[in-house]
Amino acid sequence: MTAYIIRRLWQMIPTMLGVILLVFILFNWVGGDPAYVLAGKISNQEQIDNIRRQLGVDQPVWVQLWIFIKQVLTGDFGASWSTNEKVSNILETRLGPSLTVLLPFLVLDTALSLALALAVAYVRGSLTDRMVMIVCTVGLSISVLVYIIVFQYFFAYKLGWFPVQGWGNSFTENLFVYSLLPILIILTVSIAPNLRLYRTFFLDEINQDYVRTARAKGLSENRIMWVHVFRNASIPIITHIMAGLPGLLLGAFLIERFFSIPGIGREVILAVERSDFPVIKALTVYVAFATMASNLLADLMYKAVDPRVQLK
Amino acid sequence: MASHTASIANDTRFNNPPRATREIPHTVSPGLWALAWKRLKSDHVGMVSLVIVVVFIAMMIASGTGLIARDWAKETGVNYAPPSFVGADAEGAAPTAPSAPGAPAIEHKSEVVDPLADVLAELKGERKAVGAESVAADSDTGKSVDPLADVMADIKKDAKGRVSEVAEARAATLPFGGDKWGRDVLKKTIKGSATSIFVGLAAAAVATMLGTLFGAIAGYYGKWVDDGFNWFYSVFNSIPYLLLILAVAAVLQQKGTMTIILILGLTGWTGTFRLIRGEYLKHKAREYVQAADAIGASNTRRIFVHIFPNISHVVLVQLSILCVGFIKAEVILSFLGFGVPVDVVSWGSMLNEAQNELILGKWWQLAAAGTAMAILVTAFSLFTDALRDALDPKLKGKAGA
Repeated sequence: MTAYIIRRLWQMIPTMLGVILLVFILFNWVGGDPAYVLAGKISNQEQIDNIRRQLGVDQPVWVQLWIFIKQVLTGDFGASWSTNEKVSNILETRLGPSLTVLLPFLVLDTALSLALALAVAYVRGSLTDRMVMIVCTVGLSISVLVYIIVFQYFFAYKLGWFPVQGWGNSFTENLFVYSLLPILIILTVSIAPNLRLYRTFFLDEINQDYVRTARAKGLSENRIMWVHVFRNASIPIITHIMAGLPGLLLGAFLIERFFSIPGIGREVILAVERSDFPVIKALTVYVAFATMASNLLADLMYKAVDPRVQLK
Repeated sequence: MASHTASIANDTRFNNPPRATREIPHTVSPGLWALAWKRLKSDHVGMVSLVIVVVFIAMMIASGTGLIARDWAKETGVNYAPPSFVGADAEGAAPTAPSAPGAPAIEHKSEVVDPLADVLAELKGERKAVGAESVAADSDTGKSVDPLADVMADIKKDAKGRVSEVAEARAATLPFGGDKWGRDVLKKTIKGSATSIFVGLAAAAVATMLGTLFGAIAGYYGKWVDDGFNWFYSVFNSIPYLLLILAVAAVLQQKGTMTIILILGLTGWTGTFRLIRGEYLKHKAREYVQAADAIGASNTRRIFVHIFPNISHVVLVQLSILCVGFIKAEVILSFLGFGVPVDVVSWGSMLNEAQNELILGKWWQLAAAGTAMAILVTAFSLFTDALRDALDPKLKGKAGA
C-alpha cells in the first residue's frame, strides 16, 4: 500500500512539471511580454524595464522557469497585480466561502442523485423512469445562466424568500441565509446529469447474476439495492465524484459571481477580467495538483469499497 | 469491404460461364453508413431532432450569407417594445412607448450623430431652470447669457446642411419584443443562434481534428510516441476544463470569434484523444492492417486510408457530443464577456443583457435566447444519442454516459 502510494506520487512528478511548463509557456510566451500587460497603457520604456526587472522577465528563460518553480514550491506567488494583496492570502481567504457553499451542496447532491437514480433504475422502463429521463434531458439543455437568472429573480427578488445576494461575517449566517439559494440552484442544475449517469451505472449492475442470486436467497429488495447493487456500482460513482471535486471549486464560479460570494470561483473571474496573472497562475497550478491528488485518493478508495481491486 | 465483395460478384468472369446454374441475385450488401441511416430513419425521436438541428444550421447559413436578419442592429421598434403578434399599429398596444400610444411612435433620428447633443440638451435644461425663476423671456434663445447667441442661428443653419433629419416610424410592438435600443429580438435571436452554433461547430471541428490526429499517432505508433502524447494528455487533463479555458482567455488579449473557437478547440481535444487512441490500439493489430502492410502501404496510408474509415463513426459521434458542450461553454464565456466581441451578438451576450432587463420586467429577451438554446441543445443531444445508437447498435440503451 505504502509502496503503491509512493510510486504513484513519483509518477505524478512528470505531470506536475508538465502543468508548470504549460502554465509558464502560456503566461510568459503565448500572452506576450507580461511586463506590457502589467504596465497597461504606460509607454514609458524606463518603467517597463523596471517592471521587467521586478518580474524577472529580463533574465534568460531558464532562470525565469526556475523562479516560477520556486514560486510553486514555496507557495509565494508575490502580490496580486491589481489589488496588491498577497496571492497566498487570497487563496486562503477565498477558500472558506467556496467550501461553505460547496460542501453542503456536495453532500446533498450525492445523496439525492444516488437515491433518485437507484429508485429510477429499480423501476427501469416504466412510465416514471421515462418521464424522469425526459425531464432530465430537457432540464440539462437549459443554460445554467437561465436557471440562475430566473431563480434569483423569482425566489429572491419577487418572493423575497432569500437575500438577492451578499455575504456576511458569521459562518452560521452565511450557511443558513446566504448560501441557501445558491445551493438550491446548483442542486437543480447538477442533479439531472448526475441522475442520468448514476442510473446507467446501476442499470449495468441490476441485470447481473448476483442480483438474481440475492433474490433467490430471499433477501429484501432494499438490501439487494442498497447493499449489493450499490456497493458494486460504487467504483464508477467514486471515479465520477472524485474527478469532479477540484473542478467543482470553479464550477460554482457563476453562482459566486451572481450572488457575490467572495470565493475561489469569483476570484478566478475577477483575475481574468483584470489580467491578474499571478492569481490565475497560482490557482491553475494548485487546482491541477489537487486534481491529481483526488485521482490518487479515488484509486485508494476503490480498494476500500472493492477488495478484489489490486493496486499495482 | 462490402463494396469489394460486391464488385467481385458483379464481375462477369465469375458468373458468366456456368449457364445452367441458377441466376444469382446481384444484391449489394448495404454499407455501414447506409445501414446506420436506415436505423436512424426508424428512430422517430432522432429524426425529429435531426430536422430541428438542420433547421438551426440552415438558419445559421442563411444569416451568415445575409439572407435573413441582416439588419438585426437596426432599431426598428421602440425601446423595450413588448412582444405581440397583433402588429405595429395596434391601438394602445405600447404602454412603454415614449410617444403617445395609439399611433406608431415617430422618432426623429439624426443620420449623423451630434456628439454634443447630450450636453446641449443638458445646458438647455439648466438654462430653462434658471430662466424660470429669473427672466422668463430668455427661456430658449438665452441672448443675455450666451455670447454665441447671435451666431447660433448661423451655426444651426450650417448644421442643418450636414445633418438630415429623417422621421422614422418605429414599431410599438414586435413579434418577440424589442431590446433596450428597440432592436428586434427575433432577429437578434437568429443572429445569436448563428454565432453560437458556428462557434460550437467550428470549435468541435478543431477539437475533434486535434484529438483524432493525436490519438491516431499515439495509438498507432505506440512506444515512446504514445508515452509522450499520454504525458501531454495527463497534463491537459489535470487542469479542470473551465479553468484552462479561462486561463487561455486571460492570456489571449484580443477578442474575436476566431479566438473563442481556438480557445475551445485547443483545450477540448482530450476526450477524443483518449477514445481514438484506444480505437487505433485495437485496430492496428487487425488482419486488414497487416494485409495493408503486406501490400506495402506506408504508415501514413495505413493510419488515414485504412484504419480511419473504420473508426470514423466514433469521430462523428465525438464531434456531435463536443458541439453541444462547446455551445454551452460559448454561452457562458460570452455571458462573462470573455467570448465573442461586443459587436457580435450571441446567446451569451443576450442573456447578459436580459439579466438586467428582467428586474425591469422585460422578460422577452431572456425567454427568446433561453428557449432557442434549450431547443437546439435538447435536439442536438437527442440526435447525438440517436446517431450513436445508429452507428454502434451494440451500445444501444447505454446512453447517458
